[in-house]
Amino acid sequence: MTTTTQDWKFTAKDVALKPDLFLSGHRACAGCGPATVLRMIMKATRGPTIVTQATGCMEIVGSIYPYTSWGLPWLHTAFENAAANASGIEAAIKAMRKKGKIKQEHIDVIAIAGDGGTYDIGLQALSGAIERGHDFLFVLYDNEGYMNTGIQRSGGTPTGASTTTTPAGTAIPGKLEKKKPITEIIMAHELEYVATATPYYWKDMLTKVRKGLEVEGPAFLHIFAPCPRGWRTDPSKTMAYSKLSVETCVFPIWEATNGKRALSTPSKMYSLAPEKKKPVTDYLKDQGRFRHLFKPENKHIIDQIQQVTDERWQKLLKQCEQA
Amino acid sequence: MAQQQGKPEKFLAFNGDEAVAFAAKQSDVDVVAAYPITPQTIIVEKFSEYVANGEVQTEFVCTESEHSAISASLSASTTGARTFTASASAGLALMHEILFVTSGSRAPVVMAVANRALSSPINIHGDHSDSMAERDSGWLHIYVENAQEAYDSIIQAFKIAEDPDVSLPIIVGLDGFTISHTLENVNILPDEVVKQFVGERVLPMVMNHEGKTVPFKLDPDNPMTMGPNVSSTYYFEFKRQQEEAMKNALKKIQEVNANYAKLSGRSYGDGLVDTYKLDDAEIAVVVVGSTAGTLKVLIDELRNEGIKAGLLRLRTFRPFPAEQLQNALKHLKALAVMDKSMSFGGLGGPVFAEVRNALFDLKQHPLIINYIFGLGGRDSNPLGLRKVFENLQQVAKSGQIEDIVHYLGLKE
Amino acid sequence: MSSKQEKGWKELSIAAVSPKSSTGFLTGDWKTYMPVHDLEKCVSCLTCVMLCPEGAVRWRPDLGKIEFDFTFCKGCGICANECPTKSLTMKMPADQKEE
Repeated sequence: MTTTTQDWKFTAKDVALKPDLFLSGHRACAGCGPATVLRMIMKATRGPTIVTQATGCMEIVGSIYPYTSWGLPWLHTAFENAAANASGIEAAIKAMRKKGKIKQEHIDVIAIAGDGGTYDIGLQALSGAIERGHDFLFVLYDNEGYMNTGIQRSGGTPTGASTTTTPAGTAIPGKLEKKKPITEIIMAHELEYVATATPYYWKDMLTKVRKGLEVEGPAFLHIFAPCPRGWRTDPSKTMAYSKLSVETCVFPIWEATNGKRALSTPSKMYSLAPEKKKPVTDYLKDQGRFRHLFKPENKHIIDQIQQVTDERWQKLLKQCEQA
Repeated sequence: MAQQQGKPEKFLAFNGDEAVAFAAKQSDVDVVAAYPITPQTIIVEKFSEYVANGEVQTEFVCTESEHSAISASLSASTTGARTFTASASAGLALMHEILFVTSGSRAPVVMAVANRALSSPINIHGDHSDSMAERDSGWLHIYVENAQEAYDSIIQAFKIAEDPDVSLPIIVGLDGFTISHTLENVNILPDEVVKQFVGERVLPMVMNHEGKTVPFKLDPDNPMTMGPNVSSTYYFEFKRQQEEAMKNALKKIQEVNANYAKLSGRSYGDGLVDTYKLDDAEIAVVVVGSTAGTLKVLIDELRNEGIKAGLLRLRTFRPFPAEQLQNALKHLKALAVMDKSMSFGGLGGPVFAEVRNALFDLKQHPLIINYIFGLGGRDSNPLGLRKVFENLQQVAKSGQIEDIVHYLGLKE
Repeated sequence: MSSKQEKGWKELSIAAVSPKSSTGFLTGDWKTYMPVHDLEKCVSCLTCVMLCPEGAVRWRPDLGKIEFDFTFCKGCGICANECPTKSLTMKMPADQKEE
């Protein structure tokens, strides 16, 4: 019954006709990037699936009792343990299948967490679950902060961003530290499939979800998901920022199968035609969280963001060449 | 001891931890998720051997922390699997957050706790600080006296926890080292007898968002949302449900104790409280765990000396058997409640506080004092324990309590 | 939402298993602006269907066109912003009446 990515081409019309599994009536903010991510990635599921989700915005908005937005079995227990929950679900399925207590031939397990539940508090459980080799897909939706508790900084918050725990002050201009290279940390676990994606390129994202599910063993998908509330951006521009993050190489999209990295088409363009790569200021300028960087005294931070973006992009290009 | 008709009794030399692992194996667990910690480690080691030798079909998840061990146990249980874990001390404390989530999620995980002191200072020896600190976590708590009871109680624990009217997780506490590491002859039941006694897991029924009444588990055929965000509009109601499940457990523990007695010939009082020479006693002690064995020896000595001493071993601490305690203790002149943990800044230890609370409603209740003892594995021998009865005699005679809380075996 | 018919603790399923689908919770009244669709410009590329956070834009193959579900649309404007043929514009419901 296991289908492969070749069987289904993810055309817009196919995807549109597949019923939602993350249902309408959720309470996410208007223009929520992660909401599009969840709705769309669930369309790439291939059969019986169980989802477990870490505490966070998207956990709350989809499960406000007595309502649920989840059309498939879904479990939330705490913030830091989505991967441990996935481990238990996967182990239970395996054991009960051996004993003939489950009739399904296969059940996919997906763990979903935000950047807080992945970069920070959930990292230990995630590392452990990957090391143990459980068959599950971990989806990180990265909106670059603790948005649920009121926009605090996380390990995924980028340099310069003003958050409620790194406010742009007169002495300190927002977050000084770099965004943690979480996907590099995950890559070091030597798992079969790791990828990055962003919802503007929905077809690419859905294909990666499906590939992650097809892998027998752990797979990791890092999805960049703009948050209009936390980034102080126009809700209508959410997908525009998803696109800009790729066009500026702030968030390049790629995939790695057995450690072999390859740029995905939208990012590949900027490797082939580097002159088309947009400056980070295009991405930064209308985001409220970066507004203070455009004061003359903070210009060096913008330069630093450009420099780190370029360095990471060049490093990625080399990693893709090596493959 | 009565046994299965026609079948010879079988004894195996087990320490408490091994007896627990063997019972879990015989109970046909689907998932074990655990992390090593002294003095519980032998349980996971022994179970790993069963897995390595293909003696079980269990999925053993050797996690990177106790937090993940209990998280994986919880999710395995909600997927419908019979689930077992084990921990102690710092490990149990690390689980703290998820212990509440497990009971709130109504996941009947069975956990053996080889009771050990909490840091700081670090100490690996036995006392009840670890699980007593989790007394309000919504788990059932049973404490055993020896390795035999550890074996029997693990088997019973699945039957109790998984009952659809209970559906709560359970801690089976065995004293670190005193039970966990002490070799005993353990009378074991045949595999098939245990398997039949525990039976298949029966799931409670719930209504999902499709309006269907379906078994409570993560099942792609009958999707349901577990662990949602519940505001003040409904949160209270689910806590009240948990309390009702605790009440149901009070009956279930007694029922399982009685049914298990038919099978094995062994019972532990009514399953809630176990008494020794208590009926005609004038003075008595309430204790939890292995110290009951030592006290029985001492009570025999005291009885020979003409002192009417008795014992009540509190086997089930959650749900708290208040009515059983009232009935069993109401005739006493003086009572000492012994605590192997402290409730810093409180009036006496946690067992004392609860027992005294339960007896408050009696028209006439015994004079009640508290002994804190055995912390960090401090030895408690008959000679030392004799002091408790000497004090009780004094209290009974004078009708006066000078000090409510005493520290037994403390270097002054 | 809350009424006298709220269930007591004895009637609710254990562990707060959710009894209702959020498709019964209408978020359409959150919006200020709403998308207005110019069918003549629409090429049915379904970008709006793909990128809507609410699942409020649906493809109707039977009608050969997209359809908005205003009972869920929160009026974020992603659809209008991303429409490659500019077939969607965000308007206040009052503006729409004037036209």
